[in-house]
Amino acid sequence: MGKLKEKLAEKKILVSDGAWGTELQKLGFTAGESPELWNLEKPELVENVATGYVKAGADIIETNSFGGSSVKLAHYGLKEKTFEINKAAAEISRRAAGSEVLVMGSVGPTGKFIMMGDVTADELYDGFLEQAQGLKAGGADFIIIETFYDITEAEIAIKASKEAGFDDIICSFTYDKAGDIFNTMMGINPPEIASFVESTGGTVLGTNCGNGFADMKSIVEQYKANTNLPVLVQANAGIPLLQNDELVYPETPEIVESLVPDLLSAGVSIIGGCCGTTPEHTKRIKGAVNKLRRFV
Amino acid sequence: MKELLQKISYCIEFGKVDKNSPYPPDMKGEDGAYELTRSALGSGIPAEKVLNDAMLDGMRKVGEKFRAGKIYVPNVLIAAKAMSAAMGLLKPYFLSGEVKHKGTIVIGTVAGDLHDIGKNLVKMVFEGGGWNVIDLGVDVSGQKFLESISEHPEVKAVGLSALLTTTMLNMKSITEKIKLEAPDVKVLVGGAPLSEDFAYKINADFYSANPQDALEYLNSAS
Repeated sequence: MGKLKEKLAEKKILVSDGAWGTELQKLGFTAGESPELWNLEKPELVENVATGYVKAGADIIETNSFGGSSVKLAHYGLKEKTFEINKAAAEISRRAAGSEVLVMGSVGPTGKFIMMGDVTADELYDGFLEQAQGLKAGGADFIIIETFYDITEAEIAIKASKEAGFDDIICSFTYDKAGDIFNTMMGINPPEIASFVESTGGTVLGTNCGNGFADMKSIVEQYKANTNLPVLVQANAGIPLLQNDELVYPETPEIVESLVPDLLSAGVSIIGGCCGTTPEHTKRIKGAVNKLRRFV
Repeated sequence: MKELLQKISYCIEFGKVDKNSPYPPDMKGEDGAYELTRSALGSGIPAEKVLNDAMLDGMRKVGEKFRAGKIYVPNVLIAAKAMSAAMGLLKPYFLSGEVKHKGTIVIGTVAGDLHDIGKNLVKMVFEGGGWNVIDLGVDVSGQKFLESISEHPEVKAVGLSALLTTTMLNMKSITEKIKLEAPDVKVLVGGAPLSEDFAYKINADFYSANPQDALEYLNSAS
């Protein structure tokens, strides 16, 4: 049994961290650079983000490796450094996490389509394998493939993660909403994703990004109606608004805190944030989880 | 003639690129958009008619269904493939001036952002709507947009794309630059984290959550 399954059995509900990109930006990261290169060039700043979430009470923190597959790193001429960058990403989070907090290696989609001939299945596999091997070598406990939309690409990423030696794999998909209907941009709905992840051997089924915490409940319910796998939610703090030249996320830590009980009662086992969430969100989520834990 | 044009439109709508194309499965081995367009042009049907009644008609249906949430990204991608195959055959007619684009638009993903799925979908729908699209790719600075506008005086609009909340703010300064240097050029913005409110506040001319609305705006504004 992997560490994630052990921890889930012990604690029932786990809190995962929040956004990394926006946190790195507060530390001087400017769009256009490779965020993952910071693992080699500014590891102390990356560790600040990780430590911020550990201090806020996260049970699980991610690694700064969302765009760390060699297919993605190739955009910045960093393909050759794939292993090194991902290893550093896991080492940084491991240092911040210590032995109590779990480290999940973040793997994002490549944005390329096999069906359009942008990339071959082998190129995707090799890219994810090298990434997962780096994350493993750096001490990640398990993998989260997140913000995925295409099951072909997800299946390849799962296979590569297993090949790299990971037992536990969280598979988290992003949905678009049309009316009350949720589908990934490839047109796949939550029940279809649930049976896909179950049949591919994923450990946890997730949904992340999207339009905010409030919208996630319906997706969770559809998952739970179709699988017994634990469910993860990492939502955005809503769609950002422009106020005085700054982007402001409408779902404040207080709002998110108030939405936690509803999501937990829908069956969520791991809850954290995506774009626009901060350590303050994590703290509030943790508080809400602890409050509810007393009553279970 | 009408039947042939409708068939081309159907092939584009459902992504039947050519004879070898596996989509849709029930048309296996049959002629696709490429062969049918070639025979339509060969049989003397005016290129303009082929463009309007077959190709633009097929892609319009795709754009409308995508907007309505009835089809998804893969359907648009394969339809666009079929459209491109047929459009390639019309190239000589565009060059000779026998058929004309509705106008020219420059598009790109803004500085700092490498995501191009959305931008590419928009390009497909615009081209399928009869527009000439100059695609500057990803990570495009305001300067590059301006250079492209001045190189191509026929440009009527610019389309800016962003996926990241860390890059969408770059749209503001790019829009300002364009409005200052080329006030007649319309600025259209799009991308997952955007909203009508954001577009309004950065002084863009148009925002929509789907490419078809943007195409209809372009057609009406030009």
